[in-house]
Amino acid sequence: MKHTMVAWMEDKPGVLNRVASLFRRRNFNIESLVVGHTETPGISRMTFVVDGDEKEMRQVETQLMKLINVTRVQDVTERPTVTRELALIKVHADSASRSEILQLADIYRANVVDVALDCLVIQIAGAEDRVESFVEMLGHFGIKEMVRTGRIAMVRGNGVKPAFALKEEINGEDLL
Amino acid sequence: MSTRRTGAQILWESLVAEGVNVVFGLPGGATLPIYDALARDAYPVHHVLVTHEQGAAHMADGYGRASGRVGVCLATSGPGATNLITGLATAAMDSAPVVAITGQVATSLLGRDGFQEADVQGISLPVTKHNYLITDIADLAVALKEAFYIARTGRPGPVLVDICKDVQQASTDFEYPDSVNLPGYHPALQAADPAAVARTAALLNEAERPLIIAGQGVLIAGADAELRELAERASIPVASSLLGLGAFPATHPLAIGLGGMHGEAYTNYAIQECDLLLAIGARLDDRLTGAFSTFAPKARIVHLDLDPSEVGKTVTIDTPLVGDALLTLRALLPLVIPRDHPAWAAQIAEWKADTDSRDLLAQESDVLAPPFIMRQLWHATGQGDCLMVTDVGQHQMWEAQYFPHTKRRSLITSGGLGTMGFALPAAIGAQMSRPAEEVWVVAGDGGFQMTMGELSTVAAEHLPIKIAIINNGYLGMVRQWQDIFYEKRYSGTPLFNPDFAKIADAYGIPALTVSEKDDVVGAIERARAEKGPFLLNFKVEPFTNVYPMVAPGKSNAEMIRRPLGSEMLND
Repeated sequence: MKHTMVAWMEDKPGVLNRVASLFRRRNFNIESLVVGHTETPGISRMTFVVDGDEKEMRQVETQLMKLINVTRVQDVTERPTVTRELALIKVHADSASRSEILQLADIYRANVVDVALDCLVIQIAGAEDRVESFVEMLGHFGIKEMVRTGRIAMVRGNGVKPAFALKEEINGEDLL
Repeated sequence: MSTRRTGAQILWESLVAEGVNVVFGLPGGATLPIYDALARDAYPVHHVLVTHEQGAAHMADGYGRASGRVGVCLATSGPGATNLITGLATAAMDSAPVVAITGQVATSLLGRDGFQEADVQGISLPVTKHNYLITDIADLAVALKEAFYIARTGRPGPVLVDICKDVQQASTDFEYPDSVNLPGYHPALQAADPAAVARTAALLNEAERPLIIAGQGVLIAGADAELRELAERASIPVASSLLGLGAFPATHPLAIGLGGMHGEAYTNYAIQECDLLLAIGARLDDRLTGAFSTFAPKARIVHLDLDPSEVGKTVTIDTPLVGDALLTLRALLPLVIPRDHPAWAAQIAEWKADTDSRDLLAQESDVLAPPFIMRQLWHATGQGDCLMVTDVGQHQMWEAQYFPHTKRRSLITSGGLGTMGFALPAAIGAQMSRPAEEVWVVAGDGGFQMTMGELSTVAAEHLPIKIAIINNGYLGMVRQWQDIFYEKRYSGTPLFNPDFAKIADAYGIPALTVSEKDDVVGAIERARAEKGPFLLNFKVEPFTNVYPMVAPGKSNAEMIRRPLGSEMLND
């Protein structure tokens, strides 16, 4: 089963390499990975989607926490979350198809960000299934190029300061 | 007084501040400033010059395991550093506290394939607990402080600090930090969750056939006394992982010794028939468990370990106990009801009688076989009042089976990585941390040759290490597998050996070659009588196999057992 995980880590040189190297040598099945700055200076936030069973997920969490630079790991799959992804899609669009594509973009609340005589670049941000659906639609017209960020996620509602592990997370109570 | 120091001086002063008084290393171009500072400023740190950096890493490892303090090795850039990797991986697998310092090319040369440049941070990433590349002298002291802290706290492990040459030569104001700031690292020891502890007590109290497996974690936590109290209170038999040998005295009535691939049959039957298994500080790796799905099939497994990632990593467990073994056992003890298990004890005694009937040592034979040597070493050293450092292979297993360890930290061996060549350098490090102790290297002829250059280190440092080479002319354990699984096709296993006594003599180390069983006792006495180092070259019967053996993919109950009767040889 696919799990969405969020990991917070110190923003130091080579930390991404440490995480990627860990994923590779532990044979974790990573589908997507996004990382960027957070509200806390010096802390980066990584959102990744990993495929595996419960036992593997415990391993993902505990092995990541062993990395000295990783401050917290949360499996948000079962939590109420806002999940989003951004995609830029360069789709084949001539005078015959352009208006239909624009209609679709409108329906999907996507934006045209570039126009050329034979193609358009459309930007869509949203939950993954909506992005998937839009990509499938545009596929009928011929996608020339596409870039997707992968999923980012944030747990809904009010909660504790996210970047640093809670006491029960430190001694593994919550994982077991 | 000025606080200006060069990077090299900062390194040495930091090591001194950390209580380091010996460093194992080999100089090179990228560490010239470091070595020069040692000579010029005469820091109170003894440098042991090694023959090969792999030796330096194993020495630091052996030092760390024997003392509980951080062992330090020092290598130059490029090949010097890469030669450490096997040793670091060995230390990582067995949780040994090591700090490795390596020189690196100057920052201006980094990343462009300079002379003796290697991406040491990248290469050592998977085999260290953490590592550092220092390109700015402002970061050096903090990195060293953190490196030692990380190496020795929590689950110990190796940490590497790679220092660019120009950083060694630069200067800055130096003050050794008095604290660390590691927001992602929480090594403070605590007992496991009280609810889990309570559940464990309940399980123990209602168990009819309980069993404890003691791993190295008991030794690292210093929980020997608590383990003994628990075992005695509830009459629980105690088996051991390889690295846990000595955590519970082997001569204790409840001790049932090594379990797993080469555990005695009665131990493995106990593991497979128990109804409650408490594993303390053991990784439950495949050597101990047999095929994971078949391990302790009738038991609820309680897995106590400091490292949350180890708990339940291999086999499926019932109750996780994440915490320090000492504090957790102390919390557990008051909840455990004193009782005995006479039926269980009788069953185990019955299995043990069967095991004893097949014991190699019980057989009359003139053949010189390694188990006899191990037992004689045990007798000669006052029943194991010494430190045994074994290499990897058949001899390592026979030592575990035939040398009953009753003292904590009386065995140092490469369990997780199984690194041949470990024993001699690890013994050097261990001896230097315990100068008054009798230290024995027990190594096969294959493994010994991998690092025997360190005999020069033994001689130069005047270390009174006793070396027993179990010389059978083969890579014995591989030969055994070829014997059992590959129809005796001994591919690549016969060894062309030198005369080890002549090798020792070439280093000025006295030696004896022993080929007859009757000469063993006298030879050991001769070695022990020598004030300095001594080498014993035991030429043993080559085709003895280690029994029992659990084949890969099998359960601990499906052991291949020693043939009954008087055959010492298998065919």
